[in-house]
Amino acid sequence: MSLTRKERTGTRAAAKPSDEGAGPSEVVGSRERSSRRRRSLRSPPGGLLRRRWFRYVTAGAAVLVVGMAAIIAFQLWTGSRLAWEEWGLAFITRTEWDPVQGEFGALPFIVGTLLTSGMALLIALPVSLGIAILLTEYAPRALRDPLIFVVELLAAVPSVVFGLWGIFVLAPLVQRHVMPWVAATPLGLLPFFGEPGPGYTLFTASLILSIMIIPIIASLSREVLMAVPRDQKEGALALGATRWEATRHVVLAYGRAGIFSAAVLGLGRALGETMATTMTIGNSLGLNFDFFSPGNSMTAIIANELREAAAEIHVSSLVAIGLILFLMSFILNTVGRLLILQTHKGVG
Amino acid sequence: MSPGTAAPREATGAFAQPPMRLRLRLARDRTLVALCIVALAAAVIPLVWVLWEVVSVGAQHVSLEFLTGLPAPPTVGGGGWANAIVGSFVVVGIALLIGVPVGVATGIYMSEYGDNLLGRSTRFLCEVMAGIPSIVAGIVAYGLIVVTMGRFSAVSGGIALTALFIPIVAITTQEALRMVPRHQREASFALGIPEAPTTLRVILPAAMGNVLTGIMIATARIAGETAPLLFTAFNSNYWLEGIDQPTATIPVNIYSYAISPFEHWHNQAWAGALVLVSIILVTNVVARTLWARRARFMSGH
Repeated sequence: MSLTRKERTGTRAAAKPSDEGAGPSEVVGSRERSSRRRRSLRSPPGGLLRRRWFRYVTAGAAVLVVGMAAIIAFQLWTGSRLAWEEWGLAFITRTEWDPVQGEFGALPFIVGTLLTSGMALLIALPVSLGIAILLTEYAPRALRDPLIFVVELLAAVPSVVFGLWGIFVLAPLVQRHVMPWVAATPLGLLPFFGEPGPGYTLFTASLILSIMIIPIIASLSREVLMAVPRDQKEGALALGATRWEATRHVVLAYGRAGIFSAAVLGLGRALGETMATTMTIGNSLGLNFDFFSPGNSMTAIIANELREAAAEIHVSSLVAIGLILFLMSFILNTVGRLLILQTHKGVG
Repeated sequence: MSPGTAAPREATGAFAQPPMRLRLRLARDRTLVALCIVALAAAVIPLVWVLWEVVSVGAQHVSLEFLTGLPAPPTVGGGGWANAIVGSFVVVGIALLIGVPVGVATGIYMSEYGDNLLGRSTRFLCEVMAGIPSIVAGIVAYGLIVVTMGRFSAVSGGIALTALFIPIVAITTQEALRMVPRHQREASFALGIPEAPTTLRVILPAAMGNVLTGIMIATARIAGETAPLLFTAFNSNYWLEGIDQPTATIPVNIYSYAISPFEHWHNQAWAGALVLVSIILVTNVVARTLWARRARFMSGH
């Protein structure tokens, strides 16, 4: 028995480097834990490979996934190198976009993406929070699951269908009713809201984006709110707080970091949303800060031009915009996920 | 003040007539509940509206010819999207063929053996990759496959979709396996059953419902993806001749027909949207009601 155990420990140690290639201290700790679970009385017959082939195969799949992320980043870099060599980092701040002259710059599209996503978040965040609070604090049990189901269905409707609806239903509506109405309120005095024109504008795209990111923000903040300890909430109620006061001073205060991360992840989604944006944003060229006139976004310019781009520098510039988009969304997603991990750790 | 008016107030007590301050607080409580309900309505109304338009407009234009015929020029009228429907199934099928084994195996690794650096980084990358813009997958597949092969193809579209499919399936599989009670694993190991059969014949079957739900929801998600297919699978007016050839798909067709100037094509875009939304929603509803009970699934785009 003791001999077998020693033997097994030996093989395990030998397997370590090829197995995961991880930091040694970490691996020993985790291996110790998991091996206790798997230790059988007798060593099973066959060699290491025969006993552990399954682990290696699944590890291979995991390596493939990590490799996939690396390939994506690498391909975006090599595909856009021409644009970076031509203009360097100034590509980000250049405003020209003229395929005929071979002049390219990303700023108008970055601005368009940030304006529409920011506006979408501004609209979607309060709505999603309202839904999350309603579902966790107020809705009766019998209603809760169907409502969650409906909100998740919203997430299942494809982007292109929202785009179709945006072209034929929302854009005319925005043109005829919403923009004149906003222009008549004090908001219309802001420099961001100019003279209302046709319905394909930054504003229309923002509205569609906000509808599309509500489900993700709502479901993530619902999870955050549900993780708030019950006794904290009940303590507040016992002190005579109304349900709203308990929600605001205890639940929201407790879940602040989590809600922030939900907003960050929602923003990440809005940045990368392609079809609905492309179909409603108006696809103008040039820098534009006016929500009531046509604009463009990083995703829209790629969707519109990549398949027809002939010149290498044109393709390269589009891929460079893709790389900027990838980095922005990668950073937002990483920050959001890290914050969520942090809050889950805190809640325990 | 006469005693006659004061008497009933005392009789009903403090709870029936709360002091002004409390009444204000309760009123605010109720107002905010109302606002929350308004928020829910703000999310549900667009959904119902979109679905209503798709069903009401689409149903007028779905016909047998639409489902079985090939596209016709917009001036002629008629014609169908049968090639796009087949194309969508082929492209999604390619993604499933690669994505299901890799995704499920990754999920198994993360759940069963993933308590190490590789497992943790895979898990983190999957979470992050699930939120990466889908158009990025299209750009990469375009550069890697379309440019190399020299033409648009169904297989490049399938591979672009695979990149979106794997992270979702890996995460849902992991969560499904985590829900299997630990003692089932221990019981199997106690019987001397090695790793592979324990996972494949004890744990995976126990989690099968939720694993399948995850696969179906991920499938529904990629079936509606348009952006990655624009410059990979591209488009075609004919039947698919091989997976190395360009193909029409329902989502890309919806896009190109919707932005065309022809009313007949607009109508067909709505009909196509009805077909697509039906497939996706039926898959979702079946997946969520048939098996899923306790799982948390990725939602959103």
